[in-house]
Amino acid sequence: MAGTAKSRLTRRRTAATIAGTGDPAWVRWSICLVSLAFLGLFLAVPLAAVFTEALRKGVGAYLESFQNRDALAAIRLTLLVAGIAVPLNIVFGLAASWAIAKFEFRGKSVLITLIDLPFAVSPVISGLIYVLLFGLQGWLGPWLAAHHIQIIFAVPGIVLATIFVTFPFVARELIPLMQEQGTEEEEAALVLGASGWQTFWRVTLPNVKWGLLYGVILCNARAMGEFGAVSVVSGHLRGQTNTMPLHVEILYNEYNFVAAFAVASLLALLALVTLVLKAIVEWRTQRESTELPASTPTSLQEVT
Amino acid sequence: MMDRLVWRGHYAVFCLFFAGIVLSLAGCTGSSSDGGSSAGSSIEILNVSYDPTRELYQDYNAAFAEYWKEKTGQAVTITQSHGGAGKQARAVIDGLQADVVTLALAYDIDAISQKAGLLPADWQKRLPENSCPYTSTIVFLVRKGNPKGIKDWSDLVKPGVEVITPNPKTSGGARWNYLAGWAYALKKELGDLSKLNDPAQASQVAAAEKKARQFVTELFQRVPVLDSGARGSTNTFVQRGIGDVLLAWENEAFLAVTELGPDKFDIIVPSLSILAEPPVTVVDKWADEHGTREVAEAYLEYLYSPVGQRLAAKHYYRPVKPEGADPEDMKRFPELELVRIDDLFGGWQKAQKTHFDDGGIFDQIYTAGK
Repeated sequence: MAGTAKSRLTRRRTAATIAGTGDPAWVRWSICLVSLAFLGLFLAVPLAAVFTEALRKGVGAYLESFQNRDALAAIRLTLLVAGIAVPLNIVFGLAASWAIAKFEFRGKSVLITLIDLPFAVSPVISGLIYVLLFGLQGWLGPWLAAHHIQIIFAVPGIVLATIFVTFPFVARELIPLMQEQGTEEEEAALVLGASGWQTFWRVTLPNVKWGLLYGVILCNARAMGEFGAVSVVSGHLRGQTNTMPLHVEILYNEYNFVAAFAVASLLALLALVTLVLKAIVEWRTQRESTELPASTPTSLQEVT
Repeated sequence: MMDRLVWRGHYAVFCLFFAGIVLSLAGCTGSSSDGGSSAGSSIEILNVSYDPTRELYQDYNAAFAEYWKEKTGQAVTITQSHGGAGKQARAVIDGLQADVVTLALAYDIDAISQKAGLLPADWQKRLPENSCPYTSTIVFLVRKGNPKGIKDWSDLVKPGVEVITPNPKTSGGARWNYLAGWAYALKKELGDLSKLNDPAQASQVAAAEKKARQFVTELFQRVPVLDSGARGSTNTFVQRGIGDVLLAWENEAFLAVTELGPDKFDIIVPSLSILAEPPVTVVDKWADEHGTREVAEAYLEYLYSPVGQRLAAKHYYRPVKPEGADPEDMKRFPELELVRIDDLFGGWQKAQKTHFDDGGIFDQIYTAGK
């Protein structure tokens, strides 16, 4: 009984928000216009500019910019880096959020803070950390040089820097989700005799799959688009350690505008695809969370 | 139940550490250190250079590869890296394994020798002309028709003039800009620069130094954006349309005019400027380790050949052996009084220490000006 009363109340409340806050129409319209103008000015116009500049000399010149050996190398490297960084971040993100959300242990808050660290640190610093560690004058540099292992100014350094800056994306997405879901379902599974591994695969993972996908999409976008940290450790070797964002800068600095904007447009396309995927995932999660109370009335009772 | 969960917590932490180790290991496995092996029919060298040499080395690398193939039958691939000279030197010090460096000024190569010990201290004696196969100077680039009427250094500090130059801390070109301005102010005060070495004129020289400092202070107060490299500054001036005059390498100014339209910019040659000597050298440590010494040395020596000299002149660098260059190209270089850093500033080591080191004159005037 109490449950239905409450849901009626929320329904009424949502109806009120849809109808507006009681502000006069012109206020609502001008707020709308202002935000649209902002969006247009800061997002749509620059995006359009990227594509117009890229196509300035025709589609032929546009496509030709991708035939270039260095451009192809940059695209390949970017894909490689994202291909390494994203799966590793999935493993780490799952492990970290699982540990934090489902278990009690000392130093948990320290761990959460550490995971957030890359968000708080400027990407340039993230790159410099690796220079200080692996650089020839750094802590491990002399040893690495003696063993002919090159980390910075080579692909491994770029991968490390990318992992560092994209570190929090998956974990940050999953931690609140897992915390919200609590440990009850896992406890039930354990009581029913499931092993830890089975519990993880059959209970925990299905519950967070959309959140995980969302984190992966964001993580991938950042991994491909990162400039600052990668710029510090790259060494800017043409055709070897230039990722797409770095290659855009080089082409621009060489007055090669069509090619620069062509590569930039590829990155912009990636952003657009990311946005579409993100919207789909959001839509799916929302649908699932609204469907959930109907299918499991027990949880509703619990709330009341 | 709770106990079990707590125990599992430890297990989870262990998992986490394991994941961390996997992460770092995966980062290392890709480290196939690809130093070009000298044997075989192909070889790779890395040339770490400064900002405005991009177009020169694009052409020169192709020419050298052809020459080397003909001479030895070996195919050579030259990888380029460009950026502000100070930044590039720093990267080599930090472990960028350059076989050769072709930087904007001797000090940056000195730094590689001193801080990382990758090459001997007397590197500059290894090739002719102080290891500088080409020279350049600093000129002004102004907007078409020279609307602010800029003719010489003194016009840069006229009211309402905005000056664009990169940051002397990171850019070699900017250090030449700064010293050229300083030299002009000294010349203006003293009339005759030989007074600098005359002990009898010490008080007059001290007064002139004071004036020079004041001039350079005023100059840098007019700089709205300090980019980290020469190409960044050119873009600020040319693409973003900021400022009235760009202090630029002569070659960079010519390139901007040809690439972006002679109808947009004019080059102004001041009455006096500095002889900029960008040196080149082999980085012994990496060349030996990669087994590329032979090709790296040939690469730099070929810069002095008629082919190298002609390409330098074509890309607006003043060749040190102009006989090899195209006379048509040579006509483009205007005559002007060029002073040498060794004569006026006692060499790069001293100039760097007095002017550009932390707490040096540039730091003092730039923070004071803010």
